[in-house]
Amino acid sequence: MVPTNYYLVLSAILFGLGIVAFVFKRNIITMFMAIELMLNAVNLAFVAFGKPDGQVFVLFVVVVAAAEAAVGLGIIIMTARNRRSLNVERVDLMKL
Amino acid sequence: MPILEHLWIIPLLPLLGSAINGLLGAKWPNKIVTSVALGSTGISFVCALEAVREFFVSGQVPFSKEFFDWIVAGNFRVGFDLQMDQLTVVMVLVVTGVGFLIHIYSVGYMAHEGGYYRFFSYLNLFMFFMLILVLAANFPLLFVGWEGVGLCSYLLIGFYFLKQSASDAGKKAFIVNRIGDFGFMLGMFLLFRTFQSLDFATVFDGVAKMQPDAMGQFGTLTIASLLLFMGATGKSAQLPLYVWLPDAMEGPTPVSALIHAATMVTAGVYVVARAHVLFTHAPTAMYVVAIIGCATAIFAASIGLVQSDIKKVLAYSTISQLGYMFLACGVGAFGAGIFHLMTHAFFKALLFLSAGSVIHAMGGEQDMWRMGGLASKIRVTFWCMLFGTIAIAGFVPFAGFFSKDAILFAAYQSENGGRTLYGVGLLAAIFTSFYMFRLIWLTFFGEKRYDEHQVHVHESPRSMTVPLMILALLSLVGGWFAAPTLWGGQNYFADFVSPVFGNSEAAGGEAAHSLELSLSFVAVLAATIGLIVAWRMYSGKVNEGTYTGLRKILYHKYYVDELYQAVIVGPLVWLSRNIFWKIVDVGVIDGTVNGIAHGTQSAGDTVRHTQSGNVRSYAVWVIIGAIVILAIIFWPLWRPAFFVASSGGVR
Repeated sequence: MVPTNYYLVLSAILFGLGIVAFVFKRNIITMFMAIELMLNAVNLAFVAFGKPDGQVFVLFVVVVAAAEAAVGLGIIIMTARNRRSLNVERVDLMKL
Repeated sequence: MPILEHLWIIPLLPLLGSAINGLLGAKWPNKIVTSVALGSTGISFVCALEAVREFFVSGQVPFSKEFFDWIVAGNFRVGFDLQMDQLTVVMVLVVTGVGFLIHIYSVGYMAHEGGYYRFFSYLNLFMFFMLILVLAANFPLLFVGWEGVGLCSYLLIGFYFLKQSASDAGKKAFIVNRIGDFGFMLGMFLLFRTFQSLDFATVFDGVAKMQPDAMGQFGTLTIASLLLFMGATGKSAQLPLYVWLPDAMEGPTPVSALIHAATMVTAGVYVVARAHVLFTHAPTAMYVVAIIGCATAIFAASIGLVQSDIKKVLAYSTISQLGYMFLACGVGAFGAGIFHLMTHAFFKALLFLSAGSVIHAMGGEQDMWRMGGLASKIRVTFWCMLFGTIAIAGFVPFAGFFSKDAILFAAYQSENGGRTLYGVGLLAAIFTSFYMFRLIWLTFFGEKRYDEHQVHVHESPRSMTVPLMILALLSLVGGWFAAPTLWGGQNYFADFVSPVFGNSEAAGGEAAHSLELSLSFVAVLAATIGLIVAWRMYSGKVNEGTYTGLRKILYHKYYVDELYQAVIVGPLVWLSRNIFWKIVDVGVIDGTVNGIAHGTQSAGDTVRHTQSGNVRSYAVWVIIGAIVILAIIFWPLWRPAFFVASSGGVR
């Protein structure tokens, strides 16, 4: 059996990759994928312990992630249509 | 229905009248306003009479009842408690009776004035507070009435509020009274600290059990007495706080009669008489009361000698007569003081109302140097005023003779310089007689000093003359309770109030009687001197002349107003304007508020640059925040590892 530690280390690595991708990538879809990556990294940590609490939580996270994907993709489509671009640097209307 | 069990009805009726007229009266014709105002005070007077009858039927047992709790905190309780004893009987009858007569008079006097409903609303409100004041059975409730009558006084002095001098006079009365009230409140606090209660019964029982302060000793009782007396000097216009009363004559004349002569200004005398147990346990305070009263009597009377405004003469006369009442209280003759309070209420109300009638007849003229020869034109007013004058001057058998005689007799008999007090009081009596007959001669006799083409002199309507006649009758017979003393009999008034005051002033014996008779003779002689001098000086052809020397000083009221202006008001205004306004208010208070606003604004200006609108920079902030939070949470866990690392070297 694979020790729990390994799962946790993998989870941390995936989460770190997600963060780095989120901060350094300019494409909105890539950033969105980075968020999904972080969510799933957390999911991995939840199931790694093999306890019912954590596994139920994973289902919740999946549901929330689905809802978030629906809203997020909607926003991305609107941004793409209005800006004719997926570059996040250009989404700066909130700037003073 | 036994009214005595429902004493609250007596003050409540005028309050209802006031509320109805004040809230609804603006759109009503004068007739309805009149009937509400007169109805409420009239019924209140009838209720008072009935209550007094029940009081007598019950055998004059002091009655007191708790109606409801007002303030309850721990053991401390202040209730809406009303009481009825002999002193209250006198006060309630004077307030409701004279008050009702003055209400009737006002109907005629105020008929053509604007704000008719407002006037009666205030006047009824005054009746309410005054009745609360005299019926209250504890200090805080008395203080409610005390402040309430002050408020009504302010409102009514400033009744013609468009007139600068009237609104100034109102403010002056209010502010000067605050000084006295400050002392009164301190007195109450001191009594509360000493006796843990402010009910009259508890406090006075407690005082009675205590050892009286010695002469010249400033114990708790003396200080409490002096503080209460400070309140009394404000409300009752004694030295040095009398300055508001002459200015209060800016109000309509019925107000001067009711509030500034007959009732409110006597509240101070009432409080001293009510707290007589306290004062008799503090001889020093009594001495102060006597001296202040005596000094005020002569001081105000001397100013009254040369005034030209008919109402100002009466105002100074009122201050002087109040001085007599305090003189009586100060020498322990509380009964005589209250007796004078009652007779004074009759004849001074009469004098003021007659003066109002004269002013009415002259079309608003108040300067006596522009009157003269009015006796034949306004006969009723003349005779009524003459009755009042004889009464205040103290001729037998008018009311003022008996009450003033009792006071001077008590002063003469008192220890600690009684003869001096008596002498000064007698001099004030000469002055009183002089300035009153001077007023009569200047107003009613001699040649006409006004323009007959411009002033149409006319007698006042019935509603004004009838109250005058009733008051004239009272000024004649009001003192007859004490008449038997002339032939060695009882003073029924003194007997009546003696259960309240004890028999401190009963000085029997044949020697005392003959002394009193001879003092009476001297007093009448004094009044006659004043009369003759006034007659010699002011009958025939007179003119105002010039004000020089002593006459100028008296005419300018010893320059006391100017002195107060220079010593107190001026520096206070300077301090307020230059320190409290320009430095404290503008600098500190406004500066703090504005400074906070400026600080927030500039901080915002700086920080807003972090809001770049760039999503990725926000993400970085989120991550930094998360790292910081994690660091804080896990800091205790890391620390041992850190120690291990530093102590154990690199592994």
